[in-house]
Amino acid sequence: MDGKKDIIIAGVGGQGILTMAKIIVGAAFAEELKLKQPEVHGMSQRGGAVYTHVRLSPDYVNSDIIPAGAADLIIGVEPMEALRYADALAPDGMIVSSSVPVENISDYDVGGVLGFLDSLDNVVLIDSNQVAIAAKNKQGQNIAVLGVSLPYLGIEREVIEGVMEDIFGDKGPDVVAANLRALQMGEEAGAVYRR
Amino acid sequence: MGGQLFMGGEDSALLLGDEAVALAALHAGASISASYPGTPATEINEFVRLLNDAEGLGVHCKWSPNEKVAYEKALGASIAGARAMVSMKLVGLNVAMDVLMNSAITGVNGGLLVVVADDPGMHSSQNEQDSRELARFANIPCFEPRDQQGAYDYTRMGFDLSEEYNLPVMLRITTRLAHSRSEVVPHTPLERTNFPVAERGRAMLLPHVSRQRHKDLVERVMPDLTALVNHAPYAVSENDALGPLGVISAGIAANYVEENFNQSPYPHMALTVVNPLPDQRIKDFALRLIGNKVYNLLVVEEGYPYIEDGVRNILRDFSGFNIYGKLTGHLPRTGELKPEFVREALGLDPLPNAGIEVPAELLKGRPPRLCTGCPHESTYKVLNAVKKQVDIPIVTSDIGCYTLGYLPPLNAIDTCVEMGASIGMALGAAEAGLEHVVAVIGDSTYTHSGMPCLLEAADGNLPITVIILDNNTVAMTGFQPTYLHGDDLVRNVIGMGVSPEHVKTMKARPSSHEDNVKILRDEVEYKGTSVVIAEGPCIHAARKSL
Repeated sequence: MDGKKDIIIAGVGGQGILTMAKIIVGAAFAEELKLKQPEVHGMSQRGGAVYTHVRLSPDYVNSDIIPAGAADLIIGVEPMEALRYADALAPDGMIVSSSVPVENISDYDVGGVLGFLDSLDNVVLIDSNQVAIAAKNKQGQNIAVLGVSLPYLGIEREVIEGVMEDIFGDKGPDVVAANLRALQMGEEAGAVYRR
Repeated sequence: MGGQLFMGGEDSALLLGDEAVALAALHAGASISASYPGTPATEINEFVRLLNDAEGLGVHCKWSPNEKVAYEKALGASIAGARAMVSMKLVGLNVAMDVLMNSAITGVNGGLLVVVADDPGMHSSQNEQDSRELARFANIPCFEPRDQQGAYDYTRMGFDLSEEYNLPVMLRITTRLAHSRSEVVPHTPLERTNFPVAERGRAMLLPHVSRQRHKDLVERVMPDLTALVNHAPYAVSENDALGPLGVISAGIAANYVEENFNQSPYPHMALTVVNPLPDQRIKDFALRLIGNKVYNLLVVEEGYPYIEDGVRNILRDFSGFNIYGKLTGHLPRTGELKPEFVREALGLDPLPNAGIEVPAELLKGRPPRLCTGCPHESTYKVLNAVKKQVDIPIVTSDIGCYTLGYLPPLNAIDTCVEMGASIGMALGAAEAGLEHVVAVIGDSTYTHSGMPCLLEAADGNLPITVIILDNNTVAMTGFQPTYLHGDDLVRNVIGMGVSPEHVKTMKARPSSHEDNVKILRDEVEYKGTSVVIAEGPCIHAARKSL
């Protein structure tokens, strides 16, 4: 990575946002990048909208939270949540999002949200549920979305995979393998979308 | 996470601000970490407990019933000769104010560090009070670190300063530092050694003793501390830039300032000691600005305009000098500070963004809610059913996951003020003449502050019904253990003076709904003090313990 990378990861409480951040941050730390990663706890998490920021840089990172207009990448595990922070996106920033809505609110315009996302130039939108099923890892939608975002992270896939082996290691080789599959198939799904 | 990494010294680790404080306290040789759970401070004692279990450190880190007990424990340990840390969220300090204020007069023996995590923007709190004002009120030193490394370093320094000046020292952080992860390089840990117990009379505040101590504190100790921070390199960080505007910041606000400077800094003084303020250095900074024909100073901080007020006072004789900040509308008076607000206050153009304008109707709020299967939901449905049969004029409630019962579709409770207010306010409503008043309180909130209220209610047999939600955990903050559950809770309630035939237990689950409606209705109609314990496990806590 040459310059900085500011990433917003967004979703609904329980979708595994913080695990995704833990993987990226672990990889960045292994690469000796400087980083700051603020996250939300407590009341903000009870089924509500959650987000975390991951700020990576070769130099000291100042603000913990990403300033408006500085986000290079928004990773949405849920489509409405991917849109929620769109005003933070830098002019050449990317949005990577799952198209699978979490409809725990009454007035969710799914068609409107997905249509708007699809209409943007700088978006990759994939059905993370399909990818997770194909990877035989139903719980792995968050990892699938992480896979889609690999080309935009500025970190080598091998480093990410190494960190995943560490993090998931004590859950056994099957879990590690399932998550690596979800990652890989997510990346492939992203490549397909871009074509 | 291995022993070597944390207790061997030199490696670096990725830590939350809270975790950095915890590690530093252990490395400083603290033998006691006292606390009550409260976002965003909970992770401090959680991390101490994690390391203590993993490494067998023999540190005392039990969760106290409330912050007053926790602070008293820390003070007692300090007087006994040990280094102690007490940690809490902003409003927890309100609960511990009596011991905070008086511990500044008793002084300490072993170093005593008071860590308070404020919550600007109220991510998880009822208000956004600024603990630095309370450090000033108490006349104790206060550090406000800028980042995770600072959270570690200033925690260690805090114990030293506490022993050197014989005062508790406050370390003030905010949510964005408490819950943000970054690299921390620890320093060589100290061995845990205790002083001999303090001399008789040290912690005795009969007025004739207090008068002398208080006088000494304000006339000698605080001026000595001011002289110290006017010279200590760790109190202030200053650049030598030139620019159209000078900036004074404190704590993490310094990061928001530097973020916007990018390659073109303005003169910037970043404070990490915020009580006492280094007044001479602030004056020197103003003189430097004036020497460069700059007459404008922006004060940037997270919380109340505390530094801003202090700077105005310190520079009151500097005529023709303009001080800007929250009080002048250049920064928002309330809510959390953000780098883009600081950017605007610095007079810089906003950063360009991708220009995506999401139609407002597509973005909906996702308010927090009770988890599916939460026992509180069954209990609230029972309460709502009873409300259809009996006129319940008010349901006072309290702090915890169950506060979410205020929101639609349950709309079950009416009030939430602070820890224990449910029963306290129910007493008042009953004395004001309301019948069938119901108070809803959680098990941990009850042991925190509900017990004295129930004592008063039962003594007068006031016509209130207290529903205690016994889910055997402190859920909202991360499933910490509680003190009273099941039969122990029943015995305690009877011990408070409630007649046993009006202490009932109901199983908080949908299948018991009809039975529960009858139980609750009978007690609500009873014209005296009654307690209904709604027992049902938190669905997450059960999983966490596996």
